[in-house]
Amino acid sequence: MAKMTYIKAITSGLDQVLNDDPKTLIFGEDVGKNGGVFRTTVGLQDKYGEDRVFDTPLAESGILGLAIGLALTGWRPIPEIQFMGFTFEAMDGIVGQLARDHYRFGGTKNFPVTIRTPFGGGTHTAEMHADNLENYFVSTPGLRVVTPANPYDAKGMIISAVESDDPVLFMENLKLYRSMKDEVPDEKYTVPLDSAKVVREGKDITIVAYSAEVNESLKAADALAKDNIDAEVIDLRSLSPIDTDTIFASVDKTHKVVVVQEAQKMAGVGAQVASDIAEEKIMSLDAPIGRVAAPDSVYPFAQAENDWIPNADDIEAKARDIFNY
Amino acid sequence: MANGSKQIVDFAKIKATMADPYKHPVQVIDREGKVVNPDILAKYSDDQLVDFMKKMVWERTLHEQTMNFSRQGRLGFYAPTAGEEASEMGSVTAFKEQDFLAPAYRDLPQMIQHGTTVAKGFLWSKGHVEGNIHENKNMLFPQIIIGAQYVETAGVALGIKKNQDKDRVAFVYTGDGGTSQGDWYEGVNFASAFQAPAVFFVQNNGWAISVPRYKQTAAETLAQKAVAMGVPSVQVDGMDIVAVHEVSKLAREYAAAGNGPVVIETLTYRFGAHSSAGDDPSRYRTKEEEKPWFDADPLIRMRKVLTDKKLWSQDQEDKLVEEYKDDFKNAMKEAEAAPAQKVSDFLKWTYNVPTPSVKKQIAEFEAKESK
Repeated sequence: MAKMTYIKAITSGLDQVLNDDPKTLIFGEDVGKNGGVFRTTVGLQDKYGEDRVFDTPLAESGILGLAIGLALTGWRPIPEIQFMGFTFEAMDGIVGQLARDHYRFGGTKNFPVTIRTPFGGGTHTAEMHADNLENYFVSTPGLRVVTPANPYDAKGMIISAVESDDPVLFMENLKLYRSMKDEVPDEKYTVPLDSAKVVREGKDITIVAYSAEVNESLKAADALAKDNIDAEVIDLRSLSPIDTDTIFASVDKTHKVVVVQEAQKMAGVGAQVASDIAEEKIMSLDAPIGRVAAPDSVYPFAQAENDWIPNADDIEAKARDIFNY
Repeated sequence: MANGSKQIVDFAKIKATMADPYKHPVQVIDREGKVVNPDILAKYSDDQLVDFMKKMVWERTLHEQTMNFSRQGRLGFYAPTAGEEASEMGSVTAFKEQDFLAPAYRDLPQMIQHGTTVAKGFLWSKGHVEGNIHENKNMLFPQIIIGAQYVETAGVALGIKKNQDKDRVAFVYTGDGGTSQGDWYEGVNFASAFQAPAVFFVQNNGWAISVPRYKQTAAETLAQKAVAMGVPSVQVDGMDIVAVHEVSKLAREYAAAGNGPVVIETLTYRFGAHSSAGDDPSRYRTKEEEKPWFDADPLIRMRKVLTDKKLWSQDQEDKLVEEYKDDFKNAMKEAEAAPAQKVSDFLKWTYNVPTPSVKKQIAEFEAKESK
């Protein structure tokens, strides 16, 4: 087993699906010769040819339309939207068309499209290059929205996403791309698209997070442990659907919960998790549900990102409040 | 610049000449029913010409019967087609069964000609999911979002190319308003960049609900827009079924041979309202504008050619109309007999593999529906 970065793990997963299924196609802006602006698809055009891995004209709605048409003719498209902020240009393709098509065809046609897109802040990119836009997509029936938080899950989930016959929005965290390494098997394996994972066991309080905030939550848990507060940390991994079973089991154990997200607070994934817990497990709670999220401002310009994005200190402080309630 | 010297670039002149190649729409039969291109007409047998007429009578009768059903409250959304018969029947008949059709909401008649049923068309109008299922037929359902079918067609055409399907193309329709959409440009440009086999139709009927064609763009023709994308294009008299068919056939051959896409602008007219939902054209059009277009009715024109050739009579047409009406009434009965839709089915079709919460909701609704 080799140690791999998050980005290498995704490349390895893509390599595997291209190798195993000749109907898979990777396309988007700069994904060919350049290997993507982050080098996620590096080497794949050389290996599989320009018919399988190719650059498109620079137009996101066109890229999504292309994916839908290719799916209709028997292909398994893996389009890349270069930055999540550019999904706005493809909103009709993703939300208005792709996500609805299985229903619109009365279940008679599948649209096995995996849209890959980098997202998340803290890397001081230009405007519209860092937004956390998952809230728009998780409220879209017909679409699965997933985001791995470590290299192992990244490889297993990209393979599951491509092999899924449902459309999947696969969100790749910019900050995680090269900041962490994991043991990742060389061979093919899958990680399910609808299950959360307990990444740290604990008995005193549950912290539910996803993507880069999982690492921040683990740091917060380490800090809390110094005061003998034993936090359990859950990585959601899938934002639509949300694995409530794993969350509820943890709440039944700890009776206290903090929900964390990098995105703005309003109507987000954290709000959904909080309401699911309130609906099913309110009698199991010994304290209000704590929430940590970015403020409801427009996504800030690069210099202000670090003040804006919730970090381990914010999570720790909120967890103490809830623990001591 | 010195007096009398030439400017290095003359924008006014460039603009004035941009539409030049498109100023004479392709025509075989003129507005008076006179054959202006006998060589082309001679390529068509009497049977083919009679078939063109039958198809236009079929579409006009479908339109009239559909409007009746609509007035009786037996249909939902329907986009009237009267006036556009030559454009719709002339084009769709140039394509083969294996070709992939991406229709807009005014293109039910082409879908039926391309292999689905009238009853399915009515079900679509009534808002029944069965109207979207055309299994083993190469088509999408009528697109409501203006232009989305253009980008999807680029994908279908690229898929055809990648599958190395010979003698197969994708064809798609939008209206003049559709050419203002970003997706129109993206779709044509993608197909062009990939040299994919697509034929893009713009049925220019003069109006996008109440906004006239000249307010969509300062371009003199819509066909010329394709030039910027490196795509050959043509304007054709959309009230002349022979011209539309001939141009469509050539476009199909060109695309199928691996030359990339084609754009065809058909000059036609919507005789009635935008939709059965009740816009009133008298609010935005004048009788003076409408009259010459009503006079250019594609059925009148073809009727004259066929009558001159002694291939057609009013009796024959009246009989056909009655036959078609019966067919449409039967189709409506079939549509009305379709089982009611179930919420549990929508939930089952939302995902190929339902998520846990959707699974739960399926069970809830199945319990409710079994009561």
